[in-house]
Amino acid sequence: MINRFTYTNEQTFFQKLKSIDWILIFCILLIGFISFFSMYSTDGGEIKFHTKNHILRFGIFFSMMFVIGFINIKFWHSVSYLFYLIVLVLLIAASFYGITASGSQRWINLYFINLQPSELMKVAIIAFFAKYYHRMQITHVNKIVNILIPFVILVIPIFLVISQPDLGTSILIALSGIMVLWLAGINLKFFVYSSLLLVISAPFVISFLKPYQKLRILTFFNPDKDPLGAGYQIIQSKIAVGSGGLYGKGFLKGTQGYLEFLPEKHTDFIFTLFSEEFGFVGSFILLILYAVMIYRIVYIGFQSRSFFGRLYCFGFASAIFIFIAVNMCMVLGLLPIVGSPLPIMSYGGSSMLATMIGLGIVMSAKIYQRQLII
Amino acid sequence: MFDSGGDTRFRKLGTINRRMFIFSAAKAVVLFGIVGRLFSLQINESKKYLTLSDKNRLRESRLPPIRGEFKDYFEKTIAGNLRVYQLHVVPEQVEDFKNLIIRLKDILGFDNRKLAQLIKKKNQQKPWETLIISENLSWDEFSKINFYLHELAGAKPVITVGRSYPYKGSFTHILGYVAQVSEKDLINSEIIRERNVPGLRVGKSGLEKTFENDLIGTNSIQRFEVNAYGKKINQIDYQEGLKGKSIRLTIDSEIQEYTNELLSDKAGSISVMDIYTGEIIAMNSAPTFDPNLFLYGIDNNKWTEIKKDPKKPLLNKTLSGLYSPGSTIKPLVALSALDHDVLSPDMKVKCDGKVEMYGHTYHCWKKKGHGYMSLKNAIKQSCDIYFYEASRLLGVDRLNLTANKFGLGKKLLENYFPNVKSGVFPSTKWKKQAIGQNWYLGETFITGIGQGYVQTNPLQLCLMTAQLANGGHKIYPKIIVDENRGNAEQIKNKMLKQIENFNEKEQELIMTAEEFLTNKKDDHIPLYRNPENVKFVLDAMFRSTNEVYGTSFSSRIEDPKYQFAGKTGTSQVKRITEEERELDLDISLIPYKQRDHAWFIAFGPYKNPRYAVTVLVEHGGSGSKAAAPIAKKLFKKIIDRHELREKYKSRNI
Repeated sequence: MINRFTYTNEQTFFQKLKSIDWILIFCILLIGFISFFSMYSTDGGEIKFHTKNHILRFGIFFSMMFVIGFINIKFWHSVSYLFYLIVLVLLIAASFYGITASGSQRWINLYFINLQPSELMKVAIIAFFAKYYHRMQITHVNKIVNILIPFVILVIPIFLVISQPDLGTSILIALSGIMVLWLAGINLKFFVYSSLLLVISAPFVISFLKPYQKLRILTFFNPDKDPLGAGYQIIQSKIAVGSGGLYGKGFLKGTQGYLEFLPEKHTDFIFTLFSEEFGFVGSFILLILYAVMIYRIVYIGFQSRSFFGRLYCFGFASAIFIFIAVNMCMVLGLLPIVGSPLPIMSYGGSSMLATMIGLGIVMSAKIYQRQLII
Repeated sequence: MFDSGGDTRFRKLGTINRRMFIFSAAKAVVLFGIVGRLFSLQINESKKYLTLSDKNRLRESRLPPIRGEFKDYFEKTIAGNLRVYQLHVVPEQVEDFKNLIIRLKDILGFDNRKLAQLIKKKNQQKPWETLIISENLSWDEFSKINFYLHELAGAKPVITVGRSYPYKGSFTHILGYVAQVSEKDLINSEIIRERNVPGLRVGKSGLEKTFENDLIGTNSIQRFEVNAYGKKINQIDYQEGLKGKSIRLTIDSEIQEYTNELLSDKAGSISVMDIYTGEIIAMNSAPTFDPNLFLYGIDNNKWTEIKKDPKKPLLNKTLSGLYSPGSTIKPLVALSALDHDVLSPDMKVKCDGKVEMYGHTYHCWKKKGHGYMSLKNAIKQSCDIYFYEASRLLGVDRLNLTANKFGLGKKLLENYFPNVKSGVFPSTKWKKQAIGQNWYLGETFITGIGQGYVQTNPLQLCLMTAQLANGGHKIYPKIIVDENRGNAEQIKNKMLKQIENFNEKEQELIMTAEEFLTNKKDDHIPLYRNPENVKFVLDAMFRSTNEVYGTSFSSRIEDPKYQFAGKTGTSQVKRITEEERELDLDISLIPYKQRDHAWFIAFGPYKNPRYAVTVLVEHGGSGSKAAAPIAKKLFKKIIDRHELREKYKSRNI
């Protein structure tokens, strides 16, 4: 049946350029610009370290996305396992030779960049599972072996990241992975069983958590209990967002950010700063941009002829959505504070790199949407 | 391989697409939730969070209010505000505190003890709290600091206001002093609690304390934007506070200062009062102390020195010191005796220097005796024997009535000075109640010469003198200028009219009703039964000063412009034994503590009296030698200043 679709691989450069999803590119660029302004605001209305770095990284990685996009999806399919392996090795390296900052050993020094492999793992795990299920027949998906292997593949990086310790990223990796597994057709009952298992084992898991992680979970349930301590971030973040009102306080006029009441305003709380300055209207527009971006990725997945491309796009769209949702829920006080950057907006090279690699493969799936992968 | 499962392929595709669809639906729900949350935070609860955000970033800093001033009658400032140069350091903003403080030590030249104190203080307070290195820099030091400021990172030269008392000790007993707020002040006064800021100074005694609520003023408020660490970023708003109310006193600072000079090296009191308006022109108590010392915290040695001084500089002797009035009471006894018709002015009593009554010997101050004395002469020469007889005839209770009318035994200015003493003018009833014993007749005798139970403060005697001098009319002492009260001329005319319209029978009625009326102010009710009696007494007092043999003859002024009339008093501080009486030692040979108190009460100018004066010199010896000469000097000054005062008053109207 599929043979009915004739496919020629010989697109000209202009044809390739034409088949790029310009709406997606437009959304990415727009979010990028918004992030520049936000970064400029965190620097106190001057182009300083953070703004300069952020623009530079966005520029480099955005170009890199195009390069990745122009490479055939077949290639990305073939290197998926390798990609996962390299990131896994980097993760292991990070836990031995990593740079320790704020109590967590999660970076490795690559001289031109301090890389955080756990961020890359968010993408690598999706690519791995997309390839893993690419050829697998639906009837084999629910075989025990085919459940155990992905489980191990997923648990190894999670374990490594948790031990860094970095609860937030490990949860996000787990969620990205599970998402693809479910999309691939694993029976719902396995998820139900494992969730039950998780609930039962939760007390044991919690006893292994670091005190600061326990505190964060407790504070989430009652942030006012210790307003100057652990609850401070949630309270200040809510104040910043709430005080923004409908139209916001105006560009560079966000007092919560400017006067340094906001914690981590460059990274995890960048949305709070943006929301304070541009209000409900600005935040809503940003959300719409993200939604369109995700919709476009899903749409590319639908257009994709290969299961790899489709699974990858669906998985990546879901993962991006989860990153955004977790970050926003966190700064809006709907989830406990776990370290999770907002894709593209947040300052941070590894996160930007991972997002752009991920988007690059999506782009490749678009350009080579009719490519069959055997 | 690819084609082998065409069917499963479709199933796979279907599963993936279906699940993606479910996902997308879930995403929409989550997205909707996030938008809802944003809506609730940014639109529904926006106001709440906006106030929270303002609370975060805005800090109010209250500055010390500017205290109201005290002015004298001529509106010269007697307690004012002064630019004070201070040096503040906020330890948090200093990179190297040790280095800075040692550099400051070099520049300002303070010793190691002060250095240790500063470091101790620094360790006690929070790092962002201001540490006051120096409360009061001289201009030289201040400019030196400014000169070296570039190398003193973190040091802040500050100009603030402090209290200054330009007349130093002269007004201490009236104004009191201000000092740093204590815990007690905060507990007692809501206004102080409300307006308290570091560096605020409040009244600790005297009028500074009484009028605290009027004087204190309101804080200036500075609104700052601060960052999360509490660092001030910029000033947003400045609300100028109101300066406290200025209070104008009836005191003439020049006379007040002069009284201070007159009493230097002595312990004692001087009061000067306008006999018509009751305005206190001067009121001093010696020794005094410099209230400026308390401004920046007095050092311990100095404080013990003041506290332990046997002359009691902390006591306001004019209001809170109690003394036997001695012979100064005699005019009042004479008036009481005349008013009650117990003797005629012509009654003669022979004075032999002592008299035996009821088996007890009573002495006159003059050992040889005065011979035959009439009432006028008895006042003039202060014959004790005559007054023993007069008080025997009068009885203590009738004397007590007159004394009470003239204000003895009653608190004066108690609204302004909380420590005012009422003193005692005894009666039989009083003794029964206070001591629980019956009155002995002998006690009447010594009461008649102002000894025994009688206890008065100098202002009471001044008021008594003033009320005699104005012809026997009630007045009330005043220390705050009250423009609405009648002026001296009006009051004088009113009093003269009362004398003209005098009708003895009517007076009886008024006299009985007087008890009920005493609280009614501004009513210059007569205190006599017959104004002639008052005139008689005043004439006797004139003779006492201006005729040969008068007790204060040596202190007279012949110039009618300054001529005054007065009465000396010498009050014993202990019972004189027979041996001592025989010895009759010179004052310099008696131990200080056992010397008599010297009194002089006077009014002047005689032809047209206007001012009453009371002088007390504690342990000064005889009134004629120690107190009367002071009054003489003082009268010159007072009369010289009179015209200025009148002019100033009419200028004001």
